Amino acid sequence: MKSFTRRLAPAAAGAMALGLALTGCSGSSGNANQTTITWLVDNGESTVSAAEQIVEDFQAANPGIKVDLETRPQGGDGDNLIKTRLSTGDMTDVFSYNTGSLFQQISPQQNLTPITNEPYIAKVSETFKPTVTAGSDIYGVPVGTGFAGAVLYNKKVYEKLGLSVPKTWDQFMENSRKIKDSGVAPILQSYQATWSSQLFVLGDFANVAKASPNFAADYTANKTKYSTDPAAFKGFQHQEEAAKAGLFNEDFASTTYEEALQKLVDGEGAQYPILSSSLTAIQLTFPEKINDIGLFPLPGDDASKNALTVWLPGGAYTPKTSKHPEEAKKLLAFIASKAGCDAVTKAVGVSGPYLVDDCELPAEVPAAVKDMLPYFEDPAKNSPALEFLSPVKGPSLEQITVEVGSGIRSAKDGAALYDEDVTKQAKQLNLPGWN
Amino acid sequence: MTTHTTMTTPSVRPRQITDAPRRRRGRSAYPYWFYLPAAVIYTVLFLVPTVASFFFSFTRWSLFDFTFIGLDNFVQFFKEPALIKGLVNTFIYGVVTSGLKVVLGMLLGVLLTSQIIARGFLRSVLFFPVLLSSIGVGMVFTVLMDPNNGLINDALALFGIDGPKWLTDPAWALMSVALVDVWKGVGLATVIYIAGIVSIPAEYFEAAKVDGASSFKSFWNITLPLARPATATVIILSLIGGLRSFDLIWAMTKGGPGFTSDVIASVIYKQYQAGFYGLSTAGNVVLFLIVTAIVVPLSMFLNRKEVEQ
Repeated sequence: MKSFTRRLAPAAAGAMALGLALTGCSGSSGNANQTTITWLVDNGESTVSAAEQIVEDFQAANPGIKVDLETRPQGGDGDNLIKTRLSTGDMTDVFSYNTGSLFQQISPQQNLTPITNEPYIAKVSETFKPTVTAGSDIYGVPVGTGFAGAVLYNKKVYEKLGLSVPKTWDQFMENSRKIKDSGVAPILQSYQATWSSQLFVLGDFANVAKASPNFAADYTANKTKYSTDPAAFKGFQHQEEAAKAGLFNEDFASTTYEEALQKLVDGEGAQYPILSSSLTAIQLTFPEKINDIGLFPLPGDDASKNALTVWLPGGAYTPKTSKHPEEAKKLLAFIASKAGCDAVTKAVGVSGPYLVDDCELPAEVPAAVKDMLPYFEDPAKNSPALEFLSPVKGPSLEQITVEVGSGIRSAKDGAALYDEDVTKQAKQLNLPGWN
Repeated sequence: MTTHTTMTTPSVRPRQITDAPRRRRGRSAYPYWFYLPAAVIYTVLFLVPTVASFFFSFTRWSLFDFTFIGLDNFVQFFKEPALIKGLVNTFIYGVVTSGLKVVLGMLLGVLLTSQIIARGFLRSVLFFPVLLSSIGVGMVFTVLMDPNNGLINDALALFGIDGPKWLTDPAWALMSVALVDVWKGVGLATVIYIAGIVSIPAEYFEAAKVDGASSFKSFWNITLPLARPATATVIILSLIGGLRSFDLIWAMTKGGPGFTSDVIASVIYKQYQAGFYGLSTAGNVVLFLIVTAIVVPLSMFLNRKEVEQ
């Protein structure tokens, strides 16, 4: 009896939140059978909007289940929160978290429920699966679209100056000098958001992968390094070169991510190396200008090998400690279905392709996403970012690239310092070849 | 037993200091069970975590499991590239904030013990920043110190001064935070000095006046030496505060740009954030030892001088 009343209270509250129609349909006996599960997502504006829409549509399709959303901070604090809740057995029934390198750090085999044999896994793209696989099992489904680390540029500035999209680094520099002469900041940098300083290095990885195809494997095995592989070193070098040529916006050190986006949209800055997920933010804040923005991959040395660096979406997982594993799996199934993708499109639009087979992009996509699609469709023209191919990722890259971009440290020192930084990470994961 | 020790120990100085606790142990006023609640709280909340942190500093620890790796964390910690910078910055920060708080606190203390109008009000105004949250202060000053549209540089521009890029220029970042720390903490130093100055007997100043001493001379020869206990307290408190400072730096620069304003505490916090729990625990053990190694001798030095006088 006691457990009955305890279950009834949240169910009744939930029914009120769902609105009158649903309460009328389910009736009191239906409410008693309703199960509440929890879902933890990060507190980013677009993450929350997308999750809210998914929950709404999921509850409409599954009247017996109510989903409570919880949010967590992003970045390092969020990582620690996830690890702490997992290690204390206090994790929500479903939680969203990064795929790739960070996913490997939460001891998936020990903490998560494998979903390898679930029917909905069949529809998940093969590109995505390795990023949520530990040992021989798959643990997560993709939430939302993939995106790219590339250069967003203002098409109006390009048109006005009669510039064409650069295919090599030299062309990119030449364009930038012309833009500078016209009085517009050629390359936007926003070092108040330290993470955004890493794009010259991280976004260049597809070019690295095309130039030395074994880099990721060798890197994981401690056989090659950023400071010794000439292709990998290019990212640091390019950032230094652009900084020395004075091509950044003057207030790069105090500019925030949001300010940089605004400058790009307003045409105060012409090119911004950044993640294409920022298109969602542009769409929310400046919907009328979204089609002024185009996209091209960070250029490398060889025009014929210029490729796009792709980020895979975060995953949704369910921990072994969940008390409602069946309901949690239903939510995962919904996220990895066409209905789940449609909910995301409806809430925040798209910033790249989906990684579930029957999901479709809407007819109208932003111009920058259109620029991106040819690269996504041809495997020769893209590569996942290094963090999806190797668990080795140092925590200090963003400070190092801020220093390189600000002229505090040389590219050579920066690359060497980053190599030292990743050693700690590799040791923490007990990877072979590092101890 | 007690008397025996005292008699056999050859000593020029009186033994009062070392004797006092021994004598007390013999005739405790309370039964042992009376100590139990405090002992349990102390053990659970202080002793166990301290011992555990010493233990985990010898392991590679992921929250899910740990491997014993001996001194590797300490080796790694001392190889940390940001560490040297962090150590140097910690000392600069500690010395600069502590020094400025002593000088400014002393001067403000003299000012606020003089016959000035609205003295009580001025004292409260000066003390007010001490009560504010460091994070709040940090956020406000981050806005004020914005190089392009911050209030401070706008104000300087009115006088034709081109203000520095306070928080984003690597040469200025640490100093800017230190200045804010002084603004926030000088109130406490001043209050300690006011107490110290007020306790100096007025006769000395009267005698000095009779002898024809200038006000600068009576400050130099009376106030300064006799406020020595206050100076010792301010130095120790602000040096400890400076050495383990973290909140303001984190709120204002996060150790940036790059690593230029990193102090030991922020280096350790970043390691913790990155999930290197064993390594960051080792860092805290090192920080504990460094602060102890500096403050204990300093405190003994300052207090001994006080006794000898």
